[in-house]
Amino acid sequence: MEVENPNAAMLSNYEVLKLLNEYVDEQKKTKQTRSDQNLSTITYETLKYLNETPASVQNQDSIETAVKALRPFGLTKAEKLQMINLRPTTAVEISLIIEESEERVTEEQIDDIIEIISHLPELPAEETMEEEES
Amino acid sequence: MFGLVQMCDTVKIQPWLFNVDLHDAIKVELNRRFANKVVCNVGLCICLFDILEFKDSFVFPGDGASHTKIHFRCIVFRPFIDEVVVGKIKGCSHDGVTVTLGFFDDILIPPEALQQPSKFDETEQVWVWEYETDEGTHDLFMDVSEPVRFRVVDETFTDTTPSTITATNETKQEVPYKIKAVISEPGLGLLSWWSNG
Repeated sequence: MEVENPNAAMLSNYEVLKLLNEYVDEQKKTKQTRSDQNLSTITYETLKYLNETPASVQNQDSIETAVKALRPFGLTKAEKLQMINLRPTTAVEISLIIEESEERVTEEQIDDIIEIISHLPELPAEETMEEEES
Repeated sequence: MFGLVQMCDTVKIQPWLFNVDLHDAIKVELNRRFANKVVCNVGLCICLFDILEFKDSFVFPGDGASHTKIHFRCIVFRPFIDEVVVGKIKGCSHDGVTVTLGFFDDILIPPEALQQPSKFDETEQVWVWEYETDEGTHDLFMDVSEPVRFRVVDETFTDTTPSTITATNETKQEVPYKIKAVISEPGLGLLSWWSNG
């Protein structure tokens, strides 16, 4: 086994979620009974994690719009990716994600970023989920 | 957090699978080989993403199986250094706080990387952040299964390939991929510490 490119591309949580869901659907369709244990475990556990993240309610359009809107702020790819994955709602979260945020973005710009990110679909609040369960 | 890794490997297909489409047989074999496995210095493989190229298959004398060299890409879990990730507390001990993502749980926040000042509560067996305000200190407990936001600062890969030298002392189990995290910055730690209201 050889690793040719250890960093061929970065994937957002949404993309991984979508790929794994497609994979599970395909598996159901073909009714593979002798499916691999390791693969089932990892897809199940990863899906479980991702379904609790903002990725579970996102769609391609909202992500594309947000990424386009974030362009003027000069953020790195990794920073934008975390914005999408984590959907920060407060200034303190934004400054965690942006490296050396004090020098690179102003407070007004942070407010603008929060505004852009708030257009991404929001996870339903946890309280309501618990109520539904009970 | 996730990425694609391009790899190349020779896949052996047994003769009793020759009735299956070669593409499907190789997909199953590659997933069997890599899914839920840590590849050293690459990360935790989730599953096969796509197959880029098939080389010619060949058969060795005395072996009925076919061997095909494949170039493919895998979905891999490997958070980059300085990435902020949300997980759940798995447990607390004197060594620090362990965090799980469900599919991966070798994440450790050592005591010095917790919010300061923190102390280990012996009776409850949890770490407590002694948050100081004007009215005195508030004890903020880090209970198990609470969601926690952390920053990845270091990763360690250990080659766990069995070797003849270590075969004699197999008592301690090596962890192939470990992540070291910190929560000693404003905004990091339990989500409830920083949510409004």
